[in-house]
Amino acid sequence: MSIFSLHTMLGYLFSRLFLDAALMTLWISLVSLGIGMLLGLVAAIGQEAPWRPVRAVVLLYLWLFRGTPVLLQLVFAFNVLPVFGLVLPAYACAVLALGLNEGAYMTEIMRSGIRAVGPGQRMAARALGFEDRQIMLWVVLPQALRIVIPPIGNQFNGMLKLSALVSVIGVKELLLTADQTASMNFRYLETLTVAGLYYLCMTTGLMVIQHFIEEACQRRRGRAPRTGWKLFSPADLGLVR
Amino acid sequence: MTLLLEGIALWKSYGNDDVLKGVDLKVEEGECLVVIGPSGSGKSTLLKCLNLLEPISSGSILFEGKEIAGLRRGEAAAVRRRIGMVFQSFELFQHLNAEDNIALARIKVLKDKPARARELARHLLCKVHLPDKAEMYPDELSGGQQQRIAIARALAMQPALMLYDEPTSALDPETVGEVLDVMQELAEDGMTSIVVTHEMSFARRAADRVIFLDGGKIAHSGRVDDFFSDAAPERLARFLGRIRA
Repeated sequence: MSIFSLHTMLGYLFSRLFLDAALMTLWISLVSLGIGMLLGLVAAIGQEAPWRPVRAVVLLYLWLFRGTPVLLQLVFAFNVLPVFGLVLPAYACAVLALGLNEGAYMTEIMRSGIRAVGPGQRMAARALGFEDRQIMLWVVLPQALRIVIPPIGNQFNGMLKLSALVSVIGVKELLLTADQTASMNFRYLETLTVAGLYYLCMTTGLMVIQHFIEEACQRRRGRAPRTGWKLFSPADLGLVR
Repeated sequence: MTLLLEGIALWKSYGNDDVLKGVDLKVEEGECLVVIGPSGSGKSTLLKCLNLLEPISSGSILFEGKEIAGLRRGEAAAVRRRIGMVFQSFELFQHLNAEDNIALARIKVLKDKPARARELARHLLCKVHLPDKAEMYPDELSGGQQQRIAIARALAMQPALMLYDEPTSALDPETVGEVLDVMQELAEDGMTSIVVTHEMSFARRAADRVIFLDGGKIAHSGRVDDFFSDAAPERLARFLGRIRA
């Protein structure tokens, strides 16, 4: 058996098995991120609310989910919830745990976006006769969401890789598929390389999409978009901060 | 002349810090009242109290004959719709172009049809001499242009009263004139206004009456001709001297 077989690797690369696994990874990441963004937005607004009990609930949520390992939360959802009669399929446990965990971090991101919209903007809206809820909806959030696009892209990138954790509860995503395939024929180099290539494909695609979203926002503000291959500047590749 | 706004014994404290110490003022319909005074004398606080952005500690505010001090949130918001305010730092909504900045409150607060609100916005852009800036975003406009759009945004609510809080203090000298001109035109058209400013030339040109606020109290006030010609109290004379210097 040679160390590396290109033929075997290409076979895996274009196999239904690995494509399905990649789609599972993408699906889990997208759904978890969606849940996280929604939770984060609600929790961030809750934290800005004038009512103490609401802020306390949000704080408890952040404390729990940022203070424990996400792997623990994942295994907890899979193994402990059934004890209380809540039996969910593995993929549902996966997005539940990842989504709740992501929401806790998203809360801080959303809150920093909301805080970044200066008090003067709120005062100007109040002076026009806007009520608090309208100010949040029409003045603060539209500006805040633009501010948080880059960090959210970052979170999505992290989520794609974090989703490998759900292999421990038996969700057939990329890592588990690679591992199981290799355990039958010990072609670890080929299977893991294929999994790695799929991850790279997805994170690269994500980078491109984020780039276009940011440019669209710039264009709507009437500025000329960045041109050329700025996309692959060291900063965009995450090589420098 | 009908009385539009009256403040009686306005007192405002932040903790132990008394900013307004019993201010009385009256504004009649169509009148332009200029408020001057050294920094920290309570001018901005006075304006914010008058349109309920800040609650007063004691006293009474009558607007269109009704007590408005101490109104609850929803009712206070309804009063603010009738009182326009222009800030030193413009505070245009950064995510909206000029036209939408002006139209937003009409659409979201007064539930106007967007097309109607934008039509009004374009009309107001002409009124502040910026007919070709509808599509421009705040960060593409000069300070003077932004401030004129902020004035148009306040006018869109068709307020009974305009408050200007040092509207030209953050501007480059060459754009001050265009903003003051718009304010003067509005005043001449009969828009009731209270203007906090250091621009004495504006006070002379456009004001009906002037108030000198010092240490949270009205130190001197009068009709504009008397105000500047009177044997001014020493504090006022010193203040005016410093501004001219």
